[in-house]
Amino acid sequence: MKLTPGAVGMPGTTSPNRTGDWRVSYPVFHNEKCGGCRLCEMACPEGCVTGDPKAKHFEFDPYYCKGCGICMAVCPVNDIEMAQENR
Amino acid sequence: MRKVMEGSMAVAEAVKACKPHLISAYPITPQTHIVEFLASMVADGQLNSEFVNVESEFGAASVVLGGSAAGARVYSATTSQGLLLMNEVLYNIAGMRLPVVICAVNRAVSAPINIWNDQQDSISVRDSGWIQLYAENNQDAMDLHVQAYRIAEDHRVLLPVMVCMDGFVLTHTFEPVELLDQEKVDKFLPPYKPLFHLTPKQPVTMGMFAGPDCYMEFRYMMQQAMERSAAVIEEVAEEFARIFGRYTGGLIEQYQVEDADTVLVSMGSLVETIKDVVDAERANGRKVGCLKIRAYRPFPAKQIRQALSRAKRVAVVEKCVSLGATSPVAADVKSCLYSTTGGPEVSSFVVGLGGRDIPTDTIRAIIDQVETGQTDLTYMDLQTDWLEEEVSA
Repeated sequence: MKLTPGAVGMPGTTSPNRTGDWRVSYPVFHNEKCGGCRLCEMACPEGCVTGDPKAKHFEFDPYYCKGCGICMAVCPVNDIEMAQENR
Repeated sequence: MRKVMEGSMAVAEAVKACKPHLISAYPITPQTHIVEFLASMVADGQLNSEFVNVESEFGAASVVLGGSAAGARVYSATTSQGLLLMNEVLYNIAGMRLPVVICAVNRAVSAPINIWNDQQDSISVRDSGWIQLYAENNQDAMDLHVQAYRIAEDHRVLLPVMVCMDGFVLTHTFEPVELLDQEKVDKFLPPYKPLFHLTPKQPVTMGMFAGPDCYMEFRYMMQQAMERSAAVIEEVAEEFARIFGRYTGGLIEQYQVEDADTVLVSMGSLVETIKDVVDAERANGRKVGCLKIRAYRPFPAKQIRQALSRAKRVAVVEKCVSLGATSPVAADVKSCLYSTTGGPEVSSFVVGLGGRDIPTDTIRAIIDQVETGQTDLTYMDLQTDWLEEEVSA
């Protein structure tokens, strides 16, 4: 790795940072009452919730998820729960 | 062509000749005239530049940071409290390696409120990663602005430059200056070619997150750039002299130092007063000289050590102090001479705080004092009978 003057970074250079390490709780996507509205996907500040609205199935990427719980808070049908991280 | 003009106007003319794309500033005495002149030039269509009015110096510094990051040549000017308000952004500009040029008009800092000249403001931001050049007169102030962009934008350097100029003493004084020929400036100062700049075509982040694993390396790279800038400052001064026919740059200037027993070290407009005293005292047969520090950062330790190698006594005379310690320039001069065997005795004098006049008699008194022995941190011309009585336990 060569450092650039002024700490200039190209897009994506922070992607190896495992921000999921900071998590103390994680979302559990039950995928039972899900209506496929995609609010959880759109509200995630890390962009780490992905899924298929037609299949009404969503999941999170544990590598980046910081466990903020916004997905749980925005879910209109309470289909997401937060669980304690045990590491 | 020579013309009599106000120091602020000379600076505004120099900035205009450098064709900055963007100027942002907040008015504060005694910097105001510089940016007023520039605003008129923009309004009258003499200068094709974006002039951004802001709500504070913090805003002004942030605007020029953004402009420089986008690849523009930028300018700002401030003083005193304004410079202190810029402080947080100054560190960011340097850390992002943006070649911003500002004029720091030197003024005392509050409290008590005082709008007159000393150098406490720029001295207090000496560790921010900015190159600092101190102007002795209005010609210096003018020429240093043009040289500043060349130094800052050099890819071996890529650090911001602060041209420091004594408030009122220079900014508001009318004196003859040699005008800058636009064609020569264009030849001397090519358009700025940034290493990186912000553009939607190729997105980048500047001054990004650097953890304990690499932060030190970024700071070390700035230290190296600072050290490289010493040679660039000399090189640029010589090229300026070739094109414009006058040498107004460089790291230090020696005035009658060669055979001097007593050397007075100073920065800024005070050097002119000291030179007058040197001339007068030389006529009386006293071997005195003057060493001007033009570049305070990077600190020219090697050059100063060499210049002072034959001196017996050195008096550092400055318009600032590090309260609770000694005065900053004296501390730097002492530190660079410390390992020298048989080096001169260094004394430290604080003069002219808050715009107190510094007559030639004060300089003469300093020479008398160091010739009788070394002295630590002496405040000259104090009205001791006005001082509060000592508080007893």
